[in-house]
Amino acid sequence: MDFFNVFVQQIINGVSLGSIYALIALGYTMVYGIIKLINFAHGDIYMVGAYVSFFAVTMANMSIVPALLISMVVTALLGMLVERLAYAPLRHAPRISVLITAIGMSFLLEYGSMYFVSPTPRTFPEVMGNLAYNIGGFVINGQQLLIFAITTILMIILTYVVQKTKVGQAMRAVSFDTETAQLMGINANRIINFTFGIGSALAAAGGVLVGVYYNSIDPLMGIMPGLKAFVAAVFGGIGSIPGAMAGGIMLGVIEALVSGFISSTFRDAAAFAILILVLLFRPSGIFGKAVREKV
Amino acid sequence: MIERKVDALLAVVGLVLFAIIYGLIEADVIGPFWKLNIIIICINVIMSVSLNLINGYTGQFSLGHAGFMAVGAYVSVVLTAKLHLPFAVAILVAAIAAGFVGFLIGIPTLRLNGDYLAIATLGLCEIIRIVIMNINYVGGAAGFTGIPHYTTFTWAFLVMLATLFFIKNFVNSAHGRACIAIRENEIAAEAMGVKIVNYKVLAFTLGAAFAGVAGALFAHSFYILMPGTFSFLQSFNYLIMVVLGGLGSITGSIAGAFVVTGISAALAGVPEFRMIIYSIILILLMFYRPQGLFGYVEITNLPLFRYLKNISPEAKKAMGIDTEDSGKGGKA
Amino acid sequence: MKFGKKMLKAMSLLAGAALMGAVLTGCGGGEKKADNGAKAGGEIKIGANFEMTGGVANYGSANFKGLDLAIEEINAKGGVLGKKIVLVKADSKSDPAEAANAATKLISSDKVKAIIGPATTGGVMAEIQIANDAKVPVIGPSATSPKVTVENGQVKPFVFRSCFIDPLQGDVMATFAAKTLKAKTAVIYVDSSSDYSKSLGDVFKEKFEAAGGKIAMQEAFLQKDQDFKATLTKLKGANADVIFVPAYYEEVGKIVKQARELGITCPILGTDGWDDAKTVELAGKGALNNTYFSTHYSDQDKEVQGFINAYKKKYNEAPNVFAALGYDAGILLADAIKRAGSDDPVKITKALEETKDLAVGTGKITMDKNHNPIKSAVILEYKDGKTVMKEKITPKA
Repeated sequence: MDFFNVFVQQIINGVSLGSIYALIALGYTMVYGIIKLINFAHGDIYMVGAYVSFFAVTMANMSIVPALLISMVVTALLGMLVERLAYAPLRHAPRISVLITAIGMSFLLEYGSMYFVSPTPRTFPEVMGNLAYNIGGFVINGQQLLIFAITTILMIILTYVVQKTKVGQAMRAVSFDTETAQLMGINANRIINFTFGIGSALAAAGGVLVGVYYNSIDPLMGIMPGLKAFVAAVFGGIGSIPGAMAGGIMLGVIEALVSGFISSTFRDAAAFAILILVLLFRPSGIFGKAVREKV
Repeated sequence: MIERKVDALLAVVGLVLFAIIYGLIEADVIGPFWKLNIIIICINVIMSVSLNLINGYTGQFSLGHAGFMAVGAYVSVVLTAKLHLPFAVAILVAAIAAGFVGFLIGIPTLRLNGDYLAIATLGLCEIIRIVIMNINYVGGAAGFTGIPHYTTFTWAFLVMLATLFFIKNFVNSAHGRACIAIRENEIAAEAMGVKIVNYKVLAFTLGAAFAGVAGALFAHSFYILMPGTFSFLQSFNYLIMVVLGGLGSITGSIAGAFVVTGISAALAGVPEFRMIIYSIILILLMFYRPQGLFGYVEITNLPLFRYLKNISPEAKKAMGIDTEDSGKGGKA
Repeated sequence: MKFGKKMLKAMSLLAGAALMGAVLTGCGGGEKKADNGAKAGGEIKIGANFEMTGGVANYGSANFKGLDLAIEEINAKGGVLGKKIVLVKADSKSDPAEAANAATKLISSDKVKAIIGPATTGGVMAEIQIANDAKVPVIGPSATSPKVTVENGQVKPFVFRSCFIDPLQGDVMATFAAKTLKAKTAVIYVDSSSDYSKSLGDVFKEKFEAAGGKIAMQEAFLQKDQDFKATLTKLKGANADVIFVPAYYEEVGKIVKQARELGITCPILGTDGWDDAKTVELAGKGALNNTYFSTHYSDQDKEVQGFINAYKKKYNEAPNVFAALGYDAGILLADAIKRAGSDDPVKITKALEETKDLAVGTGKITMDKNHNPIKSAVILEYKDGKTVMKEKITPKA
């Protein structure tokens, strides 16, 4: 294979990985945008999503699309429950205490799952056969196409919800200025809760797709992708929805190129280094708005 | 004068405590397991107090403290295990090396604010770990073996005491007040003539240097050192200690280190539930004490010390023991 | 907000109750075990220091399951020296410092007579000095690095293992690649976060080059990686005759699957970390064709059927290699206690050194002077998801 072919193949690999980061990053960025919380438990919600669909497929013999939907609904409810139980009571507490609660929640989800489903990785059943398409020397397989398709559909739906619906408008209002939004008659608590629901459902979709793509899931699978997705969100400008999408895909591509042309041992280091460089030159990310602090 | 009296009293308390624990260890009342855990507590106290200097006093959200610890740990084991230098030299050089890395990292990144700084420091900590993992001279991913066992209770406790005194006196000095001013309001502090960048870098460098000291103590307690130990989850652990104890309270950091290490040791017998119970305790503590166990209060603010000090409100404020602002602790 | 407050109270009550429950059940479990032992005139406490939580919890808990089965069988036959063996569990949290901490607790608070575990080399390395100081023997069931038992030419007096060592496997696979598969070039793809993987890669390189082969490329990945396609795309470009992946099944399954998806068809070789039913599930039956790996036993071997069946009966799943090695460690220790005629740790150590032709779950072992068991290795081939024995190598003492 010549350089060009390898390069294009790496881009294909990177975009499919990046699409998953993007799905998780969306939840991070929405939650951050609305209550300024780095929800470290988000990566674990993604893990729960993968497990829910795993049990739906293996125990209830569902096909992948209903399993995906069920998993999104269940995790949306879980995300809302977590918010109501663990974060809502701390709405007026220092931000850092909420952050610690989020870390605690993350441990609880990880080790709770480890207790119930055992630490052994589970194998996601093959749901769509092993279709590989060889297009002009590049290999794209069925799972990758599924990832592109589902990510694109979900992002269109999300953009529609946020931009065109009443709830979306309310979300933007609360994110912009919570107090004013409340004065305008918006129930901020409900909107925040709803945001957690949507974010969790998207993370669950990411989890299911990872299950389908790599066919292995385990209770600690959320830690690294969760962190990476957060990096992706910051990369794109945290709080910005298009930023999270772009950031996720760019991170995936950078990782693939570093692994492919330098060494995969330095993949994470390179990703972080690029992130830091971006932050130094554009402190609020690529799509983020620079906010000037007023005196 | 008053400060000196308090210092002397604290020094006496510290040394008496040292003598008691030392006696109990010698008399075998405290067995090897708890002795090891006391050493770990001392190391964790150094870590959490030094992180508190950055996070709690200066208000800069650092999530990469384990990275500096790693630098100190690896530098010190190279000095003792490869170059056969004395432990004291190793600790000192570890502090300088970690402080220098902190300084280098601090200059560019401390321009960032809040959560952006957090993710940048987290990223740098991971980079440090990955770089160490790829250096074969120190054993790479497999770890560094054949480390002499130098960290005794005496070393750990006395180094911890020295750290506490240094940091306590630093935050009570004019420099410390400048740092606190930055935490409270950066723009106002700047308007008052505080050189923001200098003080941020100073606090960051000092914090990193003490993390290096803790790293050196840590490295010489376990015979083996692996880069995997210093992942970002380890940094979270120290952050938990600081917040649990109370941001901006040295007493709090000590309590935080004590509580977290103690819970972990006490639950050693029920491995399946250890993390589950720990996370529930963590969440509940945050519910009931969101400002941490001690908030901004210091032990020196308790009646005995207050009597000793009998100080003016200004001095009180300077020591960061004014409890009025404990509600605003979220300036992370 | 009213709702919030009430919920908060309910939640904390609930959490508190769950907490108490957890503590009680946890402690209850421990006490029950102790009771069983007490009935039969005394007990012998053995420390089980494994990775129950953290990154490699799946290996540690598999080790423990195998060990637990061995001890259960021994106790069912009346124990040793008329006493029951009681396992005292401790969690090394997949972290060497915690392994040292747990070992200290087992030795000083629980007064165990020997320690088995942890699963990984790093964990065992961290507790060696502590065990040495207390003169308590340690058996690392799956710590394959040579330096666990011998460092700087010195045999560590209290450390043993129940598996073969890395150089043997690396040598076996390099010879297999060069001689049997007639490979001229090879690519090595290792887990750079694992000592096991890296040292096997080094041995393979040395032996393969000595046999006249050429290493075309060396690449690395990290534990818990999900995506290997980027590096595999690069490896594909090297066009080597074989790819050597000495790693654990979790990553191996994904690597083989993704390699085949990218159209890499050459034989892929591996080591005992592959030996798990999960490899087949993860990679898929078709993808695993034309792959070979070295391991401790073949599941078609007659002498291991007893262990496999007992394990399936207890846990309702097939054992993996970690479980088998944990089981072997249990048998090895129990035998040594029996021969020592005492539960004195120093005497047990002496007996462990003299282990000879002991029948364990995966065959027969004899302890050599370096505290490494002399065990045969086998090379298995995957054919439609089933393993087929290719070669059996019995090393000379």
